Amino acid sequence: MTLPDAEQTLAALADRMRGAVAFDARFVGIYSGGAWVAERLAQMIPGEHPVGYIDVSFYRDDFHRKGLKPEVKRTELPFEVDGATIVLVDDVLYTGRSVRAAINELFDYGRPERIELAVLVDRGGRELPVEATYAGARLAVARELSVVLSRGADGRLLLSTEAVGAEQAAESPGA
Amino acid sequence: MRNPQLNADGGLTHLLTLEGLPADVIRQILDTAIPFTSIAMRDVKKVPLLRGKAVFNLFFENSTRTRTTFEIAAKRLSADVINLNIGASSTSKGETLLDTVDNLVAMNADMFVVRHAQSGAPHLIAAHLNRTGRNHVHVVNAGDGRHAHPTQGLLDLFTIRHYKRDFRNLTVAIVGDVLHSRVARSLIHGLTTVGTPEVRAIGPQTLLPTALQALGVRVFNDMREGLKGCDVIVMLRLQSERMRGALLPSAGEFFKHYGLTPDKLAMAKPDAIVMHPGPMNRGVEIDSAVADGERSVILPQVTFGIAVRMAVLSIVAGN
Amino acid sequence: MKIEIRNGRLIDPKHGIDRTATLFVAAGKVAAIGEAPAGWNANRTIDAAGLVVGPGLIDLSARLREPGFEYKATLESEMEAAVAGGVTSLACPPDTDPPLDEPGLVEMLKHRARSLNKAHVYPVGALSMGLRGEALTEMGELAEAGCVAFSHADQPLADTQLLYRAMQYAATFGYRVWLRPQDAHIGKGGVAHDGEVATRLGLPAVPASAETIALATIIALARETGVRVHLCRLSTADGVAMMRAAKKDGLAVTCDVAAHHLHLCDVDIGWFNAQCHLVPPLRGTRDRAALCAGLADGTIDLVCSDHTPVDDDGKQVPFGESEPGATGLELLLPLTLKWAAGEKVALPAALARITAQPAAILGLDAGHLAVGQAADVCIFDPAAHWVVEPQALRSQGKNTPFLGLEVPGRVRYTLVSGQIVFEH
Repeated sequence: MTLPDAEQTLAALADRMRGAVAFDARFVGIYSGGAWVAERLAQMIPGEHPVGYIDVSFYRDDFHRKGLKPEVKRTELPFEVDGATIVLVDDVLYTGRSVRAAINELFDYGRPERIELAVLVDRGGRELPVEATYAGARLAVARELSVVLSRGADGRLLLSTEAVGAEQAAESPGA
Repeated sequence: MRNPQLNADGGLTHLLTLEGLPADVIRQILDTAIPFTSIAMRDVKKVPLLRGKAVFNLFFENSTRTRTTFEIAAKRLSADVINLNIGASSTSKGETLLDTVDNLVAMNADMFVVRHAQSGAPHLIAAHLNRTGRNHVHVVNAGDGRHAHPTQGLLDLFTIRHYKRDFRNLTVAIVGDVLHSRVARSLIHGLTTVGTPEVRAIGPQTLLPTALQALGVRVFNDMREGLKGCDVIVMLRLQSERMRGALLPSAGEFFKHYGLTPDKLAMAKPDAIVMHPGPMNRGVEIDSAVADGERSVILPQVTFGIAVRMAVLSIVAGN
Repeated sequence: MKIEIRNGRLIDPKHGIDRTATLFVAAGKVAAIGEAPAGWNANRTIDAAGLVVGPGLIDLSARLREPGFEYKATLESEMEAAVAGGVTSLACPPDTDPPLDEPGLVEMLKHRARSLNKAHVYPVGALSMGLRGEALTEMGELAEAGCVAFSHADQPLADTQLLYRAMQYAATFGYRVWLRPQDAHIGKGGVAHDGEVATRLGLPAVPASAETIALATIIALARETGVRVHLCRLSTADGVAMMRAAKKDGLAVTCDVAAHHLHLCDVDIGWFNAQCHLVPPLRGTRDRAALCAGLADGTIDLVCSDHTPVDDDGKQVPFGESEPGATGLELLLPLTLKWAAGEKVALPAALARITAQPAAILGLDAGHLAVGQAADVCIFDPAAHWVVEPQALRSQGKNTPFLGLEVPGRVRYTLVSGQIVFEH
């Protein structure tokens, strides 16, 4: 299985979103991959798209099994959530649990008018009824692998896969 | 000796004292407190982390302040909070401390926040829980005798880091009754663990423990000397009992030598910050002009206290 | 009953005996050593090859908890513990409930102990009524009832005038006074040695000066009154130095150390282990070293167990609320052997400190195995090690800091007045 080139996938995603997203849609990136994608999309898509960042650590459903991760970042939403059109942005859509957590967290900031979901890569394997409004690419990936987005020093995005432990593959990885 | 606060993977499962905690555990707590400060500024100040968990505030010593901040912290994590104010007389009714704990565990307690007049009480409870295989129940020390007040030490570290950034450049002075102070002991352990090069204790010989130097502290009896070049000044509360125990002749005499007044403050660095764990005795350990002055960060300490306690409860509950 | 104890290493420190020999016991006494008496026919033979055969141990301080504290321990259980530990004579402190300040109580205790036919019990009488430090006890009556000495146990004796009078009175009649040097005010409420550990753990502290100040007072008064005084449970290096100086000066003072203080120091408290809550407190490493050396060079005359059974309710509580004390009768021999190994003291000299020396302080003709002597014998295996566990202890007090640790020295047989009262 070959992974698509991240930059090309990003361009494809921006193409799909251009003209479709609301002019004043706010982009909220889920740390860390979603944050990088959200920042790039805001530059590539015309309109007023302030960027916020969301850390879903406090809303995850696997806290009691895994505890808090060592680095919890600060959620920063520099705009009003009430009545806003929000595009939640993530790098990889898998089980849908991170998106569920992000939606719950957003609702603790206010009542958005609408939430859409933009993802760079949709790898299937959903465990919750969540769908991407916009996807850069759709892939089938083996359970033993996780798809990872990284960012080079020059800002270029890169997609890669990593082996996941056998028991971890059997459990939900939470994405 | 195995650290009773850490589980087999080195994760924090009880918070009993800052002594012996690895520096990265302390840093993790401070870092995790940052996002919790943001939560405090939202309209919805709750997150669902501890939903369905029962946190029992087991206070054998009265303290409305500390109990309230723990209650707020636990509720903001969506936990169920039960307050038990057991006066010292409860144990004289025949039920031992460990019996009380066993009964509450049987009522599905997930976490105990314990304040006790005896040094070592939280350690006793944690050892008992570990020994009887109840590893899912956690103990957080809210202050035991003179020994430790780790959450206060952590919020003091958080405050210092917030204003001064890097511990490794700082001179910190702790002033007052160190002998009887669990706040002072915890802060000393915390500061030395994160690499603070100079920690000072300032007070009369009657109020300083014998072996303070062994903890890595430089002792001063002269406050003006001790404050020279300080970046942080932490004032300790002087309790009125100290006058009755022949440790000090009077509050007035204490204020004269060890009260923080604007002219003594001038001995420290121009941008030094002033801290106090509260509640303050104005005119005894601190002059109102200083307490309400621009170098005082005493009120922010309180706000940070809730975020730090939320971080502690979350980390411990997740291990 | 005629008992023949063959081929053991017979050690009698008082008479300088240390050789392989057979001990012959008859009619409750030592009948012969080495060669059988004429017409000898043993009822019981003990093969003591590989074992040490020595005088029964004499413990100068063992709390039997009767009268008054029977829920902690009883005479039955503690006498079992004594003989299991090879202890054939013990002195018990007066801090029972009520304290041993009346002849009737002393007689009752002696009677009870005698009827159990185990170790010999020598009660120590209270120096003041109720141990309240206000009025003298009737020492004459108490001595007649069987008290071997008078002490104030662990109760403070603040009134130096009373102390002075008590010592004068005792000196008049030749009574012995045993005192634990602790100032009544300094360190009051303290539970741990005033050093780094107490500072870190935030425990109320007892400075070394609490012992040295009291020691100075007692030595000065002993000099004035000429009383025979024995200082109990030394704990500080400075205290040892003071005793050395006093003895060098020719003063007739003696002192002892509790076995635990030869091995443990304040660091062993760890995270508030209440098993290490002792009186006097465990002090620093320097103090421990001085105590070990002092016992080796004779400055300290003997070791005792300071046996104090405490139940779980007294120990499974925060350190500052816990009852001080450790169980010790069954550990006196092992801890003495461990000390001797550490200080490179030969076995006979080590045994002297738990047999002949305590006998001398008690003023008894005991702690040795001369022909005609009452046959109080301890037969033990110095090379056998055992793990200290609650099941291994016969005392009702399972409170020991040595739980889970391995110690040397297993008692195999104990004889009191020629009867085998313990075998393992």
